[in-house]
Amino acid sequence: MSEEYLSRGYLTVEELKKIHPLPSEERLRKKPVAVPECPQEIPCTPCAEICPVNAISMPTPNDLPKVNYEKCIGCSLCVQICPGLAFFMVQYKDDKARVTMPYELLPVPKRGDEVILLNRRGEEIGEGKVVLVIPREKSIGDTNVITVEVPIELAWEARAIKVKEVRE
Amino acid sequence: MRIKEHPVIDFSKKKGRKVTIYFEGKPIEAYEGEPIAEALHAAGIRVLNYTPRGRPRGLFCAIGKCSSCLMKVNGVPNVRTCITLVEDGMRVERQRGLEPLPQDYHPPKWKDATKTEGDVIIIGGGPAGMMAAISAADHGAEVILIDEQPMLGGQLVKQTHKFFGKRQQFAGVRGTKIAEILKEEIEKRRIKVFSRTSAVGLFQDGDKKMVSAVRNNKELLEFYGKAVVVATGALEKMIPFENNDLPGVYGAGAIQTLMNTYGIMPGKRVLIVGAGNVGVILAYQLIQAGVKVVAIIEAMPKIGGYFVHAAKVRRLGVPILTRHTILRAEGRDKVERAIVAKIDENWKPIPGTEKVYNVDIVALAVGLRPSIELLHQVGAQTTYVRELGGYVVRHDDMMQTTVKDIFVAGDSSGIEEATTAMLEGKIAGLAAALRVGKADLRAVNEVKKAHEELMEFRSGPFGARILEGLEKVMIK
Repeated sequence: MSEEYLSRGYLTVEELKKIHPLPSEERLRKKPVAVPECPQEIPCTPCAEICPVNAISMPTPNDLPKVNYEKCIGCSLCVQICPGLAFFMVQYKDDKARVTMPYELLPVPKRGDEVILLNRRGEEIGEGKVVLVIPREKSIGDTNVITVEVPIELAWEARAIKVKEVRE
Repeated sequence: MRIKEHPVIDFSKKKGRKVTIYFEGKPIEAYEGEPIAEALHAAGIRVLNYTPRGRPRGLFCAIGKCSSCLMKVNGVPNVRTCITLVEDGMRVERQRGLEPLPQDYHPPKWKDATKTEGDVIIIGGGPAGMMAAISAADHGAEVILIDEQPMLGGQLVKQTHKFFGKRQQFAGVRGTKIAEILKEEIEKRRIKVFSRTSAVGLFQDGDKKMVSAVRNNKELLEFYGKAVVVATGALEKMIPFENNDLPGVYGAGAIQTLMNTYGIMPGKRVLIVGAGNVGVILAYQLIQAGVKVVAIIEAMPKIGGYFVHAAKVRRLGVPILTRHTILRAEGRDKVERAIVAKIDENWKPIPGTEKVYNVDIVALAVGLRPSIELLHQVGAQTTYVRELGGYVVRHDDMMQTTVKDIFVAGDSSGIEEATTAMLEGKIAGLAAALRVGKADLRAVNEVKKAHEELMEFRSGPFGARILEGLEKVMIK
């Protein structure tokens, strides 16, 4: 397997699909589903330990997490706890997608805010609307979790957000 | 400049009373609980002393290990200002080279040293030392814990990221929080803690061990015990390039100390050298503090740190340039620019590929080496092991060195992770408690369990390299 991502620091969607096959469209339309972007064998298990329905399998701590998308209930606990901030959730809704991601910067956006979407290379690729914020205090992993509604074609591209600067 | 708002750390809770110190006669605002060099940095003062030839020097490690920050404090020269706390009215001056003590200054004498006795003496209050103290105390050993920092926790106190491993090993918990938890556990037990105390010698004294130490730069202390655990951590490596001593070329850890321990803005724009875990984690922490990271450069063809840590900063727009090196830093009395270039397969810079970054900080994250000075001094056998960061001491599976009843744990036994440092500390603490006759079979079982956890943690590709290194130091 090509491991070019280890020199670049980001995965392409094609590489991601090879490592963690993506959920079916049917599943994506049902409810949010957790998708890890965790391509490297590192000793780390919180996602598998926290999952309330045992949807994440990891025979030894150095194995990659494998999500059983049918079992996953979309509760976001893995997104909240993942120390590598490498878990996301995706859901398709009509012609939009909702991407749930960890967020540990300031300012923390509010529900309804329009934010700038960034891809895995940090490039601005469009705008999205914040539909849900789980604040740090309520997150089991001490990390804010933000759900953003994005154009469906950006569902597998948008992986970070930038809060728009308020001009004074 | 100070950090006003931070997404993870609440500095308002940490800040002490406002005091005034005098730098070359000029009043500087500082806060109780922060060291001198850090307070000066907050006030924009980066040049702390001059070499005998007149080159300016500033902070480098900020944890008392490199002596790049020596200054004259209240007339006394050669004070490590990065770990010496400010006091109201303190007079601080730059010095040139190493200066002699003033004639009228009478340092304390060793014959007057305060003596303290216990079963197990632990040197170093980081993850390994704290865990060793807790484990030994749990089995009834009288434990003395010596640490030279103003606060316990070692490097955990400045780690805002969540740790890996298993949840029972604090995975998913931030380093800062782990430090708090361990500190509370220490306080719950009858452990004698000596903070701001530097161990300066380790000796065999009859059938006992003796540790000589200096508290708060002025008080001499002697500790006697039957066993010693050395958990003195590591220090940051330096690489050669033009002007690598210019103030503003800081060790990655120094930058973390400034911003995450004391809430001080390290600078405005930073170039990071090294894409190991320390480099990529530092980049993320700088972004959290509101500092611009212009790039991370790495000489190797691949990122050495965990991919997920690198991905966190890539998606926030930080470029990672592999196969690049720093040629020089430029600036008058402080860093103003850094020049980097691409390197070829023979590690030579390729002409025409130079890039200039306007930065005020160059962060060196080029690796750590174990602090083995005390172990070396006491005669423990050392050996050079590249995989473990340099010279390390030989030890057995109970973490005992070649000197009977002297144990080692954590980064001082080989550079690894806080998670493994805690497990090694546990083993060393239990082994020491067994040796002094305080622990029983339960401790043996706990050691066995800790070994299993270590093996499991090291079973992946990252651990493979560590195991290769350990193979070279283990006494069988």
